[in-house]
Amino acid sequence: MQNGNTNKIWELLNTVPDPEIPAISVVELGVIRDVIFQENSFIISITPTYSGCPAVKAFQDDIKICLQENGIENFELKIVYSPAWTTDWMTEETKEKLRKYGISPPSEKAICPQCNSKSTTLVSEFGATACKSFHKCNDCLEPFEHFKCI
Amino acid sequence: MSLLNYTLRIADSSLISAQRLSEWCSKGPTLEEDIALSNISLDLFGQANGFLEYASEIDGNKSADDFAFKRNEREFYNLKITEQENGHFGDTIARLFFCSAFNFLFYTELSKSKDETLSALAAKSLKEVKYHLKHSKSWMIRLGDGTEESKLKIQESLNSIWQFTGEFFEMDKIDIEISDYGIGVNNTSLKEEWNKIVNDTLDQAKLTRPEDMYMQTGSKKGLHTECLGHLLSEMQYLPRAYPDAKW
Repeated sequence: MQNGNTNKIWELLNTVPDPEIPAISVVELGVIRDVIFQENSFIISITPTYSGCPAVKAFQDDIKICLQENGIENFELKIVYSPAWTTDWMTEETKEKLRKYGISPPSEKAICPQCNSKSTTLVSEFGATACKSFHKCNDCLEPFEHFKCI
Repeated sequence: MSLLNYTLRIADSSLISAQRLSEWCSKGPTLEEDIALSNISLDLFGQANGFLEYASEIDGNKSADDFAFKRNEREFYNLKITEQENGHFGDTIARLFFCSAFNFLFYTELSKSKDETLSALAAKSLKEVKYHLKHSKSWMIRLGDGTEESKLKIQESLNSIWQFTGEFFEMDKIDIEISDYGIGVNNTSLKEEWNKIVNDTLDQAKLTRPEDMYMQTGSKKGLHTECLGHLLSEMQYLPRAYPDAKW
């Protein structure tokens, strides 16, 4: 049984990668909204990125495994909808990690993560996951995914 | 009781739209469109899940899955437009466009609801629906202002689905009651803005707005077209054939 050190929980959560984009953690993604210690239990509030995002179930399981492996059993995961998740919660550091991973980070205009060109064309509003759209670069001609602003 | 019924109406329209759209998965006209329609379907399933979970909380007895899988046609309150068959790609786009334009306006208003759960779910759904509207609107324009063949087909799609658009703006006793509490939306008040979006898009698409005609009604009382039963028989097959089966 872990006492009420919520910092320790945040630290552990920061080691759980996003199942679809392993370059960033679930904390960096901004889906962990709050960790509180209440009645001898950690209440971890999670918000989904998109309502139907299948990764939500996956990272809930990953979080459970991570905490249990670290000897923490007294926790509860709670889904919250308000305020709705927004890409504004991503830090500049997280955006840079996305770019290095090959995904154009959320911004008004999709910028090529390969050559930084601003001359890009939208191929499809919907990419391989609900959170991304699909583009191609007019300069280096590489296709790439862009994290949609919501 | 009214709040449960009101929540189920929203949930059912999302759920049935999602199930119908999911039929495009692996059958889309291009890979990008296959992914787009499947993604929209997934958003709608997610939204339905949120509203069904809330319905389950209000009900206190049935689970979200019970609501989705253990009700019959007459106990579903989805708008009739959502259950209509996919037809060809243009038929689906016309249906999706009318529904997305309505959803966009409906969730904009519902996000101001005094009910905290409904307003949170609406604010979440609104972000996703904006993309659905953008997608279907651009296809309306591309098909309408495309080739002679595409224009003819999408105009026919519009004309045949039009009779189902009247239900968006209906207000029955439950709607009025919930709206008077500041919880629900006054659907009638959305009509003007909906017309604006539709007329503006049809203008850009060089399509003709269908003439006013007899409008279908009845879904608020659980009355449906033949399409719903067939859809449910597929959607509910597994949980009914193997009750309590675990994934």
